[in-house]
Amino acid sequence: MWKWFHQWGSPPHFYRRAGKWLPWLGGLFAVFFISGLVDGLVFAPADYQQGESYRIIYVHVPAAWMSMFIYMVMAVCGIIVLVWRMKMAEIVLISSAPIGASFTFLALVTGSLWGKPMWGTYWVWDARLTSELILLFLYLGVIGLYGAIDEKRMAGRAVAILAIVGAVNIPIIHFSVEWWNSLHQGPTVTKFDKPSIHWSMLLPLLLMAVAFQIYYVWALFLKVRAELLQRERNSRWVEELFRS
Amino acid sequence: MKRLSLSQAFAFILRRDLLIALRNRSELANPLLFFVLVITLFPLAVGAEPNLLARIAPGIIWVAALLSSMLSLDAMFRSDFEDGTLEQMLLSAHPVPVLVLAKVTAHWLVTGLPLLLISPLLAMMLGLDEGAYGILLLTVLIGTPILSLIGAIGVALTIGLRKGGIILSLLVLPLYVPVLIFAASAVDMASGGLSAMPQISMMLAFLFLSLSLSPWATAAALRMSMS
Amino acid sequence: MSLSEFFDMGGYAAFVWSSYGLALVVLLLNILLPWQQHRQTVRKLKRMHRRGKDAS
Repeated sequence: MWKWFHQWGSPPHFYRRAGKWLPWLGGLFAVFFISGLVDGLVFAPADYQQGESYRIIYVHVPAAWMSMFIYMVMAVCGIIVLVWRMKMAEIVLISSAPIGASFTFLALVTGSLWGKPMWGTYWVWDARLTSELILLFLYLGVIGLYGAIDEKRMAGRAVAILAIVGAVNIPIIHFSVEWWNSLHQGPTVTKFDKPSIHWSMLLPLLLMAVAFQIYYVWALFLKVRAELLQRERNSRWVEELFRS
Repeated sequence: MKRLSLSQAFAFILRRDLLIALRNRSELANPLLFFVLVITLFPLAVGAEPNLLARIAPGIIWVAALLSSMLSLDAMFRSDFEDGTLEQMLLSAHPVPVLVLAKVTAHWLVTGLPLLLISPLLAMMLGLDEGAYGILLLTVLIGTPILSLIGAIGVALTIGLRKGGIILSLLVLPLYVPVLIFAASAVDMASGGLSAMPQISMMLAFLFLSLSLSPWATAAALRMSMS
Repeated sequence: MSLSEFFDMGGYAAFVWSSYGLALVVLLLNILLPWQQHRQTVRKLKRMHRRGKDAS
């Protein structure tokens, strides 16, 4: 376990290993994504209340899950950065931020596109949409802070602290927004976690969730490789890579 | 040189910061002026209908408090950063989080406490229900230290930046959301004649949580910014 | 189910298809942008090393 941890912590090793994984990740993602798409759009039955519009769930919910998952990954990376000063964790953290932000954005827009047929307006101050919006601000804060600090090692540590502070706050924000919502609108019917969702509707959701997970690793590896090469362009291992 | 005990160091920083603030009265008055100004804008924008104003008063007061405390944050470490005092503080033998706490306390006394004194006046001008004054004061008393504590992390992260202002608000405002929600809703409840105890106890919980966690994060951020 | 029925999505076509369309755009961008960044860096490094060899 520790050996594995250290190996992935070394930039040249990460660069090489991630490069080997890329086509596999891409292929695996394609398999899950296409089967999820076909299953969700074609085979899953229409909802008896919402008709066909509920099919937005298959992008909205996995995107919302990923938006939270990726922030938690960033916080874990932040802890690793502060405790072990590991450069790889810094790069994984900051490379995750744009992916997480775009999933948050996707969840927001699909949520409001779903809201139009459901609630009659594109935007309601629903608990989930609101806390997703605040999460987007948190992501933009991380990206903005990293961009504002020129010295990149310093920026990495600043962002690590911010990610941890944000992660401590996310449950609090989530809870307070949920509480605020229940106070102002009465208990809204949560459309998502219906206890008795039929498995034929659940299966495409799970397929898409797995597809998005794999996609995250794939996109992350691509981004990390690009960042690594750019940051370490003067180091020995990059030079050896290009000498031959 | 005489070595200061921890509590002496705490009191020393607190007294020094308060003295500096008192000598610099305009900086003391500015956040307060801003607070009053923002609140004056609302009746001009939404109309002076008493019912409407009374209903949105808790929200207005709290949003204005949020903004004014955010704008005054930058002063917390700025001069110490520029003249090197901050570096000395980080090198001292005392635990940095405690020293940070002293600075935050001083900052709150200078910028948060005045809000507490002036908010009844503004509540009166907005026609807030009289039964809610006590709760309003209580939320300001509990809420503004939380804002200072959370804000300290943001300032410490951006202190080295030339254009830290706008990025600071982007970092800090989302973290202020829970305080805003619970404080405004407590005042709202009280003006409707209901008990605001759940909100007040939630805010107390936030206060203790941020008291125990924020100085560490701020200290770590300061060390990062000074490296 | 006919093909046109499928594309109509029970009258919700605009919402469903724009959601999926946006998802595709987001997924593509997160792959294409890093890929392009990587390719540019590789190109720059290659050029640098070639020049380095010429000089020596």
